[in-house]
Amino acid sequence: MRPLVVLAVTFALIGLAPFAIASDYWLNLVIMTLYAALLGQAWNILGGYGGQFSFGHAAFFGTGAYAVAVLQVELGLNPWLGLAAGGLLAAGVGAFVGFCTFRYGLRGSYFALVTLAFAEVLRILSNSVWFTGAGVGILIPLERGAASFQFVDKAGFFWVIWGMALAAFATAWWIGHSRFGAQLMAVRDNEDAARALGVDAFRVKMAAITLSGFFSGLAGVFYAQYFLYLDPYIAYGPAISVESLLVPIIGGMGTIFGPLLGAAALQAVAELTKEVVGEAPGISLAVYGTLLVVMVLFMPRGLAGLGARIAGLGPRARRRRAARLEARNA
Amino acid sequence: MTRQANKGGLDRRAFLAAGGAALGAGITGFPAVLRAQTESVKIGLIHPVSGFIAFSGNQCREGALMAIADINARGGIQSLGGAQLEAVLGDSQGKPEVGAAEVAKMAEAGIHGIVAGYASSISLATSQEAAKTNTPHVVDVGVSDEITKRGLENTFRFSPGYGKIAEFAVANLDTINKNAGSPAKTAMIIHEESLFGTGTANLLNAQLPQIGIEVVDTIKHANPTRDFTNIVLQIKSNAPDLIIPANYYNEYVLLARTMRQQQVSAKGIYSVLGGAASNYQFVAEFPEAADMIMDCNHWFDPNSEVALQRKKAAEDKGLYYTYEVFLAYNAVAFLADAIERAGSLDKAAVNAALAESTWDDHGMPYGPTKIENGQNQGAQPVNTQVLDGVIEVIYPDQFASAEAVFPMTR
Amino acid sequence: MVNLDIVLPSVLNGLTTGALYALVALGLTLIYGVLHIINFAHGALLMVGLYGVYGLNAFAGVDPYVALLIVPPAMFAIGYALQRGIIGKASHGRDENILLVTLGLSIVIENLALYFFRSDTRIVDTPYSFSTVEVLGAFLPLTKVIAFAGALLTAALMWLIMTRTDLGRAIRALAKERKGAALVGIDTDHIFAMSFGLGIACLGIAACLLMPSYYVSPQVGHGFVLIAFTIVVLGGMGSFTGALIGGLIIGVVEALGGLFLGESLGQIGIFLIFILVLIFRPTGLLGHRV
Repeated sequence: MRPLVVLAVTFALIGLAPFAIASDYWLNLVIMTLYAALLGQAWNILGGYGGQFSFGHAAFFGTGAYAVAVLQVELGLNPWLGLAAGGLLAAGVGAFVGFCTFRYGLRGSYFALVTLAFAEVLRILSNSVWFTGAGVGILIPLERGAASFQFVDKAGFFWVIWGMALAAFATAWWIGHSRFGAQLMAVRDNEDAARALGVDAFRVKMAAITLSGFFSGLAGVFYAQYFLYLDPYIAYGPAISVESLLVPIIGGMGTIFGPLLGAAALQAVAELTKEVVGEAPGISLAVYGTLLVVMVLFMPRGLAGLGARIAGLGPRARRRRAARLEARNA
Repeated sequence: MTRQANKGGLDRRAFLAAGGAALGAGITGFPAVLRAQTESVKIGLIHPVSGFIAFSGNQCREGALMAIADINARGGIQSLGGAQLEAVLGDSQGKPEVGAAEVAKMAEAGIHGIVAGYASSISLATSQEAAKTNTPHVVDVGVSDEITKRGLENTFRFSPGYGKIAEFAVANLDTINKNAGSPAKTAMIIHEESLFGTGTANLLNAQLPQIGIEVVDTIKHANPTRDFTNIVLQIKSNAPDLIIPANYYNEYVLLARTMRQQQVSAKGIYSVLGGAASNYQFVAEFPEAADMIMDCNHWFDPNSEVALQRKKAAEDKGLYYTYEVFLAYNAVAFLADAIERAGSLDKAAVNAALAESTWDDHGMPYGPTKIENGQNQGAQPVNTQVLDGVIEVIYPDQFASAEAVFPMTR
Repeated sequence: MVNLDIVLPSVLNGLTTGALYALVALGLTLIYGVLHIINFAHGALLMVGLYGVYGLNAFAGVDPYVALLIVPPAMFAIGYALQRGIIGKASHGRDENILLVTLGLSIVIENLALYFFRSDTRIVDTPYSFSTVEVLGAFLPLTKVIAFAGALLTAALMWLIMTRTDLGRAIRALAKERKGAALVGIDTDHIFAMSFGLGIACLGIAACLLMPSYYVSPQVGHGFVLIAFTIVVLGGMGSFTGALIGGLIIGVVEALGGLFLGESLGQIGIFLIFILVLIFRPTGLLGHRV
């Protein structure tokens, strides 16, 4: 139960942000951190808990983003309904990709590259069909107001992304504490062994990729409504796929708080390097990349791993470890 | 160059300190500190100086910084007691969301006006964000017509959008063609796949038939396209009278090289936005491939002293005088002129001054500015042609420095 | 719409373009296919090679083909040092760490290039830049015909190194059985670094053969890295012949896709072929179960 308490307290504290922060700039940073955490948690559900590395989460993100934009611009659908449609369509794409790959037993790098190929296929398609605006992109008409999912102030957007992230993190908690989650992790650790124990690996992985796609799609919907313009490169380009996996790996894969830690760390590093290093083109990103390498050098298991290691130095953890060791030796 | 950029920029340490202070103090009064301690006019310059379109972003930044340096050297903003302009630099990394975040940051640091974008997608995002604080925002390049169609009161564009450019390109092509006895009857459009290429190609496809030129094929290609041989083979097999490219520099280089390699002959090569005949780098590196190419693009008035002085100043700094440089320069100067006339840094006053602007010290073939819905109505491209290794303006007549040579004879 | 006369020239040209892709993929099939190091920095390192070729030409007048004597060995050294000094140390035996480190490296390398060389597009002008060779009625660029031959030779050379030398045997042993290789006295860190260096040296060769018909800018690698990964998996991980054939197939698919679907939509062919091959033959065309 303890992670659930920590989760509730963390999100309650984050929820104070719009009351405590008057600055749009800082609130925007919090919003973008939650948005990255959502992207990361979506990836984490499949990659961290399920062990299926995807290089193509843009396929889901872009589908959610385009769904809300296209339905709104072409069919006049209210974006709040588009939100549901975006999530579901992205989940559908997730299921489709999962069906095509898991059915044929693709794993590891093969799976990773096929997801990437799917994202590219969608990028190229969105660049060619008329309803996405093709290369010209699609612009959601400016119409400020909560009813049109375009809040006048940032607090409105904050609550949307906060809710989406909370749902994703609660799902991650459920995965850590349910029979489904146990099966998913068993598949990750040793698929053949899990099968031998009667786990339907295909079904479990399908569920994971569908959930993962759903939350990635929500992030896409949010992006579309926050920035109001999409083109194939923004929606389905590799940058989103990379961010999706970077966040949880830096934070700690397969841990509930990993994506949040990773998102916060990356956001902080990006802002700090910008401020400290200055404006010479390229230098701040070069420093950002260097910090990334340094982080991996010293935190091989991500920030969450580092946290666990520090916690593991405490007397209680030492006693627990000793007890475990004794139990095993007995 | 970087050093200079830093000097002009907002002191980053002060910025950071202010940020830290704001965090510590319950995050409320962040910008107040800065506003109190300086009297300069802060202009935010947000450009994609890293990432895929870094070349153009850097050219924009250099142009904008030159404008700020020039205005300061002339004594700053007179109506504000000679207040100096101060550049606050931002990097959008080619991403709309990063550009928008830079706007939010600058708006809180008490920025007085923003010149931004380069790419249309980024300009859309930055102007929208700036609109929330009603911060005056001048789009330097972004050619999408949507930018000035959203009814934002803070958003202005000094340069033309692609609707105007395509219309102009077609009308001038018609004139050039008719003057030569209408030798061109067919055309082929080769365009890049994103907003400016696709948007331009759509407009050309709709308008070319009206002047009696049939579009036999339109080829949309990816960025990057690694090899143009197949595209050139298709051009050869269609043998159009006119080849109309609309693409980014890298792809243009490969296309032009390959056309030369495969010895494509056409009556004319007529680029729209981004071609050889408006790029000094290309003409310098590929004098033969560039010969006789015509172009419809952003360009300065070759008869204007002001324009030629600025060109020389830029070249003395080792820059190629590309359209990014003079458009960003003028975007800043256009904004500074409005601040001068407003005589105040009040955002609404500056926006009003921008909307009523009749500025004419820009060295562009635009005439005095006349703003409607944020768009400068006089803004227009010109036609250029590379003749004997020199980029000449061939149309409209009042700006022309040479006669068009068409059909081309090589 | 499509004139059938240009199908043959187009396919022939696709083959030469495919050979260039294969060149980039050869190094990757060693690094990724044999050692399972997911090298996100492959594109950035190709860019380094291209700047090397450009620099030698611009400042010392060295012809890109003469640069073959200088750039690949230099790239080997860079690769060896990167693997030994950074990537190997940071991996801690975990794939995701390698992925992160190489991603971080690529960001660093690209942005340093942006800082030092600025973002201008640079080209190398040679006397043969516009020369063509007539093959079956098609005028193929001379530089790409040379690249085609270069790809064949490089693939053969790599195959010889892997099968006929002690280094090759050690690399294969390491790829098959990491612990066993260490037990029989193979210095695994050294062999890993040697393999990585070899892979990057291949990129050096690719850079020399690519530069005469292309350009270099800090972001240039992005255009090739995705294609290279596709080719490696398509051909079968770790198979040099597979990478060569995979490259040629992708080149032809790209050419035909461009011709019949349009240059932009035609790119879809590459990825559809890739997805289909993996679904129906997950080990790639010439691969064994890895």
